[in-house]
Amino acid sequence: MAEPLLQLRGITKRFPGVVANDRVDLEVYPGEVLALLGENGAGKSTLISILYGLYRPDEGEIRLEGQPIQIASPRHALELGIGLVPQHPLLVGRHTVAENLALGVGAPLFPAQRIIPQITRISRAYGLQVDPKAQVHTLSPGEKQRVEIVRSLLGGARVLILDEPTSVLTPQEAEALFGVMRELRAAGRSLIFISHKLEEVLGIADRVVVLRRGKVVGGVAAQEATKAQLAELMVGRSVSFERKRQAPSLGGVVLEVEGLAARSARGLEALRGVSFQLRAGEVLGVAGVAGNGQSELIEVLSGLRKASRGAVRLEGQPISANPAQLFKAGVSHIPEDRLGMGTVPSMNVAENLALREYDRPPLARGLLLNPKALEAQARAQVREYAVATPSIYTPTRLLSGGNIQKVILARELSGHPKLILAVHPTYGLDIGATEQVHRVLLEKTYQGAAVLLVSEDLEEILSLSDQVAVLYHGELKGPFPVESVTRESLGLLMTGGTA
Amino acid sequence: MDSGELLAALGRSVAFGTPILLAALGEILAERSGVVNLGVEGMMAVGALAAFVTTQTTGNPVLGVLVGIVAGGIAGMLHAFVSITLRANQFVSGLALSMLGLGIAGLLGKRYEGQPLVASLPEGVFSGLAIALALFLWLVLYLTRAGLTLRSVGENPAAADVLGVNVIRVRYLAVALGGMFAGLAGAFLAVSYRSSWTEGMTNQLGWIAVALTIFVAWDPIRAVFGAFFFGLLYYLAFALQNSGIPSMFLQALPYALVILVLALVALRRRQGAAPEALGVPYQRGLR
Repeated sequence: MAEPLLQLRGITKRFPGVVANDRVDLEVYPGEVLALLGENGAGKSTLISILYGLYRPDEGEIRLEGQPIQIASPRHALELGIGLVPQHPLLVGRHTVAENLALGVGAPLFPAQRIIPQITRISRAYGLQVDPKAQVHTLSPGEKQRVEIVRSLLGGARVLILDEPTSVLTPQEAEALFGVMRELRAAGRSLIFISHKLEEVLGIADRVVVLRRGKVVGGVAAQEATKAQLAELMVGRSVSFERKRQAPSLGGVVLEVEGLAARSARGLEALRGVSFQLRAGEVLGVAGVAGNGQSELIEVLSGLRKASRGAVRLEGQPISANPAQLFKAGVSHIPEDRLGMGTVPSMNVAENLALREYDRPPLARGLLLNPKALEAQARAQVREYAVATPSIYTPTRLLSGGNIQKVILARELSGHPKLILAVHPTYGLDIGATEQVHRVLLEKTYQGAAVLLVSEDLEEILSLSDQVAVLYHGELKGPFPVESVTRESLGLLMTGGTA
Repeated sequence: MDSGELLAALGRSVAFGTPILLAALGEILAERSGVVNLGVEGMMAVGALAAFVTTQTTGNPVLGVLVGIVAGGIAGMLHAFVSITLRANQFVSGLALSMLGLGIAGLLGKRYEGQPLVASLPEGVFSGLAIALALFLWLVLYLTRAGLTLRSVGENPAAADVLGVNVIRVRYLAVALGGMFAGLAGAFLAVSYRSSWTEGMTNQLGWIAVALTIFVAWDPIRAVFGAFFFGLLYYLAFALQNSGIPSMFLQALPYALVILVLALVALRRRQGAAPEALGVPYQRGLR
């Protein structure tokens, strides 16, 4: 093989109490796709931040074409030829694509107009379809990502870092991205592909490097690697990939939704006649690209939003539009926004665990709280759900995402819910925490709870659900039995096609 | 009303509207960078006094205007330091600046109260300049790299920062320039429109400018029409003084107008046009 284009030697970065990168060695060769694999907290983000000039390493050396370099800032990184396509695009929503791409680099006069020919040239060369005059807020996640790729290429990037690029894409959009990545590789550019989706890594990468707890624990040629082997390297123990769901024993109808319509916060029609039934012990997975009515559906079902038409019945009774009453009636809600909606970040674990039932015995004694009961409940639930927290009096904002989610699960599921509304329950969680969330949800179904699972992760939907439906433009396609759908057929439905 | 009277009425409306326009352009500049500055009233008062005193001592009203502009700019820098560098609440800092500016100008201006100005400038010069500045600002905002940078900083400072834009410097510049516009508006009152100094002569025009900024959706061209519309309302209030309407109602007019404007804006759902990062101090690494 040729000389490495980019070479990292002994990169170490420490944060108070943790070594985020521990003597990391890494080579990137011209014209290859290098996958960087690792769980949350393995040190991928730190390593990227160092390469992109956001952090400076405490020890170690970075060489570009054999020359030692210091990367001072993201702009400097791009000048050196290292571009980053961030997981969450950093774009100005109200500006056009051209305006975004001209920011910081455009001509003094008519910057946006004059950068359009360059955009067109790059988008033709690599099959990156972008409309320079479109407003960014009207673009899909995939299109925004292409804008970020074009930005790096405009800046002359030879090494392109893609940070979990497929986490926001439909399977079809991901395929299109892989097409672009192959074009770039063929043109001699190097790509660093960050992911924790093993299939994708094996499908696109030439080499795989696995990070665990800040250290490089393995580097293999993708052709020779297997999913099980990579997962074991990542987690440090063997992981099973079998479908987790046991055959459910279904009870009576718990939730009945008929012709449901609702408007979004902006007054637009967000749900247009959604109907489905959910039985005790059943999991209904709702797939779809964010913004197609998922939030509104969950808000109506959890009592946060009024329906404009249609009926929602819980065990035959119309539901009230009051979240507290609904919880008493057996509806649990695991919300999308863990810190903002699921917990009060500045309050401690014990208080957060008490939020649902603080107003009645045993947690309340008349008008006063009973601190002993709060403490007893918190200790029991922290133990049962294995919440890793320094103390039950630690503010939840200091916990990791996985542990915050465990606090929410403990609060919402400790009773005997009849209906669990789970929204992106494992988004951003590592494999260990994900497994626990899945196990708890499935256990509840065996105890007779019905689960409405909203997720963008098709793997998750397919591995947990009995029925699968897709929300597209406020309309529900399905439900279909899980055996009758595939990733591809769901992907088509998610983009408005027919299965 | 014959055509002569109509023309005179329009002329007065333009003159009434000129300080509002100048101050609003400054506020548009600051808010486009993401910084709300409620200190317009105070910056105008400081500019007005500085312009008046300079003109009285040097006899040169043009120099007076320049000093007024600089004084407004310095007052603006104060807000910039507190709200950008110290990241204090922009609304509180701006309110404090309004009170501080009015108070200082009132205190230092005591002995100039009622003095006749030694040399004044014609109103039309300022009105023409204000309209030209509005056009210029629009061109800068939408057709230049500087304007694109400014707007991006107000919308998504983190995105601009990553691309090497110095967010803090852009915001400082925008707020200081905004203060200079307010200083110019005050100078116009002191050396042209009123040709005198009295405490509180800015007469809440700064607040109207803040409201106008929202009303015209941060667009300098629309600000021209908006400002002259307000000028017309002021003229009407003035013309009605002898109509038997109690003077306290007329005095309350500026406040009523602000409330009316904000209600109208809310009804038209124009807030959607506000720069995304308006009012939010920027700190690297916090997204």
